[in-house]
Amino acid sequence: MTAPMLQAVNLSVHFGGLKAVNDVSFDVWPNEVFSLIGPNGAGKTTIFNLISALYRPTSGEVRFEGEVISRMPPHVVARHGIARTFQNIELFEHATVLQNLLVGRHCYRHTGWMQDLLFTGSVRRAELEFRRQVEEVIEFLDLQHYRDSLVVGLPYGVRKVVELARALSMRPRLLLLDEPSSGLNTEETEDMGFWIEDIKADLGITVIMVEHDMGLVSRVSDRVLALNLGEVLTLGTPEEVQAHPGVIEAYLGGVEQ
Amino acid sequence: MLQLLQLIVSGAAIGCIYALIALGFVLIYKATETVNFAQGDLMMIGGFIGLSAMTVIGMPFALAFVVTIAAMALVGMGTERLVLRPLLGQPAFTVVMITIGLGYLARGVVTMIPYWGTETHTLPVPWKDEVIWIGGEGSGLVVSVEHLVIILATIALVALLYVFFRYTRLGIAMQATSQNQLAAFYMGIPVRRVNMLIWGLSSAICGVAGLLLAPITFVHANMGFVGLKAFPAAVVGGFGSIPGALVGGLVIGIVESLAGFYLPEGFKDIAAYVVVLVMLVVKPNGLFGENLTKKV
Amino acid sequence: MHFLFKTRYEQDIALFKHGGQRFWYAALAVALLAAPWLLSEYTLSQITFIGIYAIVCLGLMLLAGFTGQVSLGHAGFLAMGAYTEAYLQAHGWPFVISLPLAALVAGITGIMIGLPALRVKGLYLSIATLAFGFILEQAVVSAEGITGGNAGLQLDKLVIAGVDFDDGTNFYYLVTFIAVLCVLGVLNLLRSPTGRAFVAIRDSEVSAQSMGINLAHYKTTAFALSAALAGIAGALYAHKIRIITPDQFGFLQSIELLMMVVIGGLGSIQGAIFGPAFWFLVQQLIVTGKDWLPPELGQQTGLQPTIFGIILVAIVLFEPLGLYGRWLKFRTFLEIFPFYRKGMFKRQKSYMKSERMK
Repeated sequence: MTAPMLQAVNLSVHFGGLKAVNDVSFDVWPNEVFSLIGPNGAGKTTIFNLISALYRPTSGEVRFEGEVISRMPPHVVARHGIARTFQNIELFEHATVLQNLLVGRHCYRHTGWMQDLLFTGSVRRAELEFRRQVEEVIEFLDLQHYRDSLVVGLPYGVRKVVELARALSMRPRLLLLDEPSSGLNTEETEDMGFWIEDIKADLGITVIMVEHDMGLVSRVSDRVLALNLGEVLTLGTPEEVQAHPGVIEAYLGGVEQ
Repeated sequence: MLQLLQLIVSGAAIGCIYALIALGFVLIYKATETVNFAQGDLMMIGGFIGLSAMTVIGMPFALAFVVTIAAMALVGMGTERLVLRPLLGQPAFTVVMITIGLGYLARGVVTMIPYWGTETHTLPVPWKDEVIWIGGEGSGLVVSVEHLVIILATIALVALLYVFFRYTRLGIAMQATSQNQLAAFYMGIPVRRVNMLIWGLSSAICGVAGLLLAPITFVHANMGFVGLKAFPAAVVGGFGSIPGALVGGLVIGIVESLAGFYLPEGFKDIAAYVVVLVMLVVKPNGLFGENLTKKV
Repeated sequence: MHFLFKTRYEQDIALFKHGGQRFWYAALAVALLAAPWLLSEYTLSQITFIGIYAIVCLGLMLLAGFTGQVSLGHAGFLAMGAYTEAYLQAHGWPFVISLPLAALVAGITGIMIGLPALRVKGLYLSIATLAFGFILEQAVVSAEGITGGNAGLQLDKLVIAGVDFDDGTNFYYLVTFIAVLCVLGVLNLLRSPTGRAFVAIRDSEVSAQSMGINLAHYKTTAFALSAALAGIAGALYAHKIRIITPDQFGFLQSIELLMMVVIGGLGSIQGAIFGPAFWFLVQQLIVTGKDWLPPELGQQTGLQPTIFGIILVAIVLFEPLGLYGRWLKFRTFLEIFPFYRKGMFKRQKSYMKSERMK
């Protein structure tokens, strides 16, 4: 008997008069790829921000493995094993790829600033261990070539992969991907698809994904949640959702009678 | 009671100066999202230009006033064109640093200009040391004409600015630029030229502030440090808000004036900073501020 | 040009990346040790000042250059260190205890000043630090019982374990030793999780949080460490100058510290040392050069601020990475001569990114 990994329970958030997310509920099961789709302004990224606790819900809550996480500070949520990427790439631009990935190991640090100041034996051992772990991710995503480059000089497609790598460095149990294919060319999108499949199959990580590319969504998703104007349209397999009249209407606009 | 009223009036007068400088900050901040730390030093230069026009060239005050405004507008536009424009698109801190450098530079250069130098000068305005009694000579409220002029001039200037922003093409273009640079650019507004004009306008306002302040504090190379107290004023009002700058300036001026009288020595000089810290902790966006959270 | 073939993870975390670096830093260490025999007493004294300022700049660099929190009130921390040291010395505390205490007092002040950083950022934070700087200065003036008010405090000569540190050479060694320790400490921080958390906060607060970094904790730590370094420098400064008054720690001092850091090169440890070194060098050149200038120009008190103002503006406009950046370019030029081409380091132009949310 398995329990849902993540539960959104009657989640609402209002900005002033705008109901960005209105009474949305869904469950995400362990080791599935769960996609959120919907036209711009449907509230997809807002839901991500609610899960990673960057926003506070106006009402309702988010539970992760039974525990309410929507009232915790964002860094505590991250420590529960939830990693994410951002729509517009939020990397540490003036640091190297390696340093970016090492930040991903931050949750696992057990030394304080005093030990760091002296670079004690335990800091040294932890640093070496962090590098070994990060190196696995570098290999997994083929980033060897960029290991010591500054992010600021990298092409967009590579940054997108670096951001994914940084999230994976956290060894999360739940991974939130905000438009992983936006700005990528067909070939890069193809790669991204393979990686997401591998992340699910090989690393056993549950993935929630916001995505516009329906090709990618149908390829990797187990279930899809369609949103419009902050409300749930439908939930089901990719085929069911794509065939749903409400979804077609939301994407193409209302049919004039 | 009379005492209190007296303090409020003189506080309001200084507050108007803070408000004008803060207005200068806010205009530039709204348009370019950068902050000019040399705003106070612009005021100082304005004071010196007015002083030279009156005492060296011998102009009457009214003419010197106009000359100062024009000269300051040129100084502001020149600064934008030469120093700020090449930095368009750079991080805000870069611009902050360069304006800090410009202020530092200005204080040095001013002392090297013959006649200006390191001494303090008095601006010979016609109403120097005059007072008006309100409610009976010797018993009512005494208002120095210098203070009264500051308050009236500020009101007039603000009214003028309101009309400018509301009804002129340029004013509306400036507002558009301050809302969204890129969109304004797409709509055919020459954003760079508008930025230059905003710097000109902001400097001219500082020039006026300098001329208004000069009769009470003298003209001096370090006069610009008054400008630092305009930061608290701008923050209290909410950094991006024009009415906020005015209210903030008045609040700071009056609090300072009251602190100078009711609190032990030394508190007057830091009253503004205590107010701003309280404000930042209690209501960081100020009285009229907009929300500054970043979108992801 | 060096191509590093990394074969072990240890190479990543080593302080010196290759043998050449080790050689040059060893040469620098020898030069620092030999300086008292080679240089005049006056030059040595100037280098001592550079060492003291390098410690403050190191702290400011950690805060502004690596954590992205710009402080406009750093002189206040310097004052906390200087006055704590002066007070403790007058009450008979030995230097080995009073110096750490000076760092501690400054560090605690730093935490207090860092508190607004938890609510506000960027420009607002700078204004908060500016306000704190003024308040601290006034507090020093007002607390006459402890600080001597505007008249200031005088320090006795520094004697540690019977050795007289009033002597220029001994004091030089003391400052150099402490400065080197501080540099090593900061380098250690930067190659460990704490330093990476700082850089993460500087580059993107949102994603730092989402990586599990507690913003409040690390910002406060950055303020505390930065202030503690300023405190150490303040204590040394007090001993160097022997009379401390509140006006030495005013707004102008804060600005000049920030200018040194920017001139040196934001975001590099070398910059924190290049900055003050360059500052004192130029100051010296102005003092020497004055005699050759016509008196109308040479006798002007505004000469020095004018020159430093021009240097700062020029650096920000043309060399945003400061002197350290200039040095990097020069080194690259030498290493790959004759293949250097203009524009290799050209910065990308971009449109202004608005942080305002509508």
